[in-house]
Amino acid sequence: MKQVYTWGGIVVIVVASVIGDVLLARAMKQVGDVHELWQSRGLWTVVGRTVRNPNFFLGMVAMAFSFFSLLFALSWGDVSLVAPAAASLTFIGNAFAAKIFLHERVDRRRWIAAFLVAAGVALLAG
Amino acid sequence: MTFRKYLVLAGVTLFAASGDSMLSHGMKQAGAISLGHPQGLILAVLNPWVAAGIVLLLAFFASYTNALSWADLTYVLPATSLGYVLLALIARFVLHEHVSPMRWLGIALISGGVGFVAGGPALTTHPPDPLLASAARNGAPTPPEVHSGARS
Repeated sequence: MKQVYTWGGIVVIVVASVIGDVLLARAMKQVGDVHELWQSRGLWTVVGRTVRNPNFFLGMVAMAFSFFSLLFALSWGDVSLVAPAAASLTFIGNAFAAKIFLHERVDRRRWIAAFLVAAGVALLAG
Repeated sequence: MTFRKYLVLAGVTLFAASGDSMLSHGMKQAGAISLGHPQGLILAVLNPWVAAGIVLLLAFFASYTNALSWADLTYVLPATSLGYVLLALIARFVLHEHVSPMRWLGIALISGGVGFVAGGPALTTHPPDPLLASAARNGAPTPPEVHSGARS
């Protein structure tokens, strides 16, 4: 039963973290190239546009939720399982989500990279 | 890709790795925090390692959002994973800790993955031109190529 809780926690962390990353990426694309904007309109325009973007706000909420779920999951499960599993599955989840929701061209090169990085993180974070 | 953009990606990697390790070092000094005693969290923030870690993670967040403004999510994420490689290398060559063969394999896999992505384009989506979008909002005439109805 404890295992069910642990893996349930991992799934919640991964889903919240993927939602957060996708919303943040979408928000920053809507804001536009930060460097160009900074040069033409100044730093405060960049900061103002970013924090007023609803996707940015929702992304932060999702990331905070993911962070607190991680804290809870760590109190149920082993650090050596929860941390690498969550970090590694987030890379795979993000590749799918970026393709579906952000319409990024995730070609074979990027799929291979996502799986290599996920495997590597699983080995290193444990 | 310009030099400035590589610098931002390097910032993503360096700030994530250094911020995470300082935070974890400080939290080990501060001790465990239970939900029943949340005031422990405030004391933990006063620990200089924790405070420095938070500042570095804010710097990570600034460079991460900066990178996402001009590159794909699937391009930026592998850069964040390079931080794990960096930490393992520091553990081996600076702190002289033992790094197991499985961890070396992990380093090789992440480095290979980052190499795969870095060889491709940074941006594969086409965000709407901000100048055209703002012109449309201000009621300016739409560009002529939109009026293609009279082609037949």
